[in-house]
Amino acid sequence: MRGITAGTGRLLRSLGPLRPPSVTLMLTGGDQKPTRDHFPHPTAMSTIQSIAGENEHPDVALVERARAGDVSAYDTLVRKYERQIFRIAQHITQNREDAEDVMQDAFLKAYEKLDQFQGNAKFYTWLVRIAVNESLMRLRKRRSGKMVSIDEDLETEEGTVPRDLADWAPDPEQNYSTAELGDILRRTIQGLPRGFRVVFALRDVEGLSTEETAEALGLSVPAVKSRLLRARLQLRERLSRYFHRRTRAAQRKSGVET
Amino acid sequence: MTCTEFLAMLDDMIDDSIVAAETRAEVEQHLRKCGHCEVVLNTTRKTIEIYRSHHIYELPYEANERLHEAIMARCKAKRC
Repeated sequence: MRGITAGTGRLLRSLGPLRPPSVTLMLTGGDQKPTRDHFPHPTAMSTIQSIAGENEHPDVALVERARAGDVSAYDTLVRKYERQIFRIAQHITQNREDAEDVMQDAFLKAYEKLDQFQGNAKFYTWLVRIAVNESLMRLRKRRSGKMVSIDEDLETEEGTVPRDLADWAPDPEQNYSTAELGDILRRTIQGLPRGFRVVFALRDVEGLSTEETAEALGLSVPAVKSRLLRARLQLRERLSRYFHRRTRAAQRKSGVET
Repeated sequence: MTCTEFLAMLDDMIDDSIVAAETRAEVEQHLRKCGHCEVVLNTTRKTIEIYRSHHIYELPYEANERLHEAIMARCKAKRC
């Protein structure tokens, strides 16, 4: 069993009294916006959806069928998103076992709460939100009940001023084996504060829009934007160590002597 | 445009969301004369592309199937 490596032992920000897990995300912080503001009024949305009609997202019909008791429709939704949900959970918990548990619990919870799902959010975004919440709860369990939030450890020494300005090799990843590259990418992103890591994972890796990322994390759009920029720049800076033009590894691989 | 101003526009450049033609022209002009900013833009783009194309947390097929079955079994149990 792997332990949590990042953030343990650091002083956790106290977040006030816990709400029951099913109610809302346990996120606080200066840049948080009340979650209610993210959602248009339900009746307004259903009007928009009925106008949208033929263009509606294919998930809408699947959710309807699942709600009506068609388990195979839910099976299709699980198939469609299970890998993403696992990856997101692992980005947050940084632990394979926890991520597996979160993946199961998130889909089960979503199934139980399907009646509460309103078509004003994408099913995927709604699901991600549940998975983020489950991941944070799992972390909290690991830390024997201490509060855990998406906002902790945001204050890093690294600013947003790029320091490493040397160009990279044309296809730097080709200088490494798949396993080596995986190690580099994992090590690099694990060094980021959780609040940056998860924004980068949702927005840049799993393809949510800025607005959807904000909704899934209970953050404001400006907060997502600011974190995304810092996450991208910090990752770039850290990867530069490996991907510089003519790295030592590249020279070894290609047999070039300097 | 200064490097700091350019950096503030970096995400918009990457996400191709600069609408104003004037701003776009300023950014492009800055890029033509500033090699450092060009490197930052290109390597940041590459950073995103690498993370997007190499999923670092991929469940092996068997594990995924096992979890999928477990999820569906638990969902079905909920209905009874």
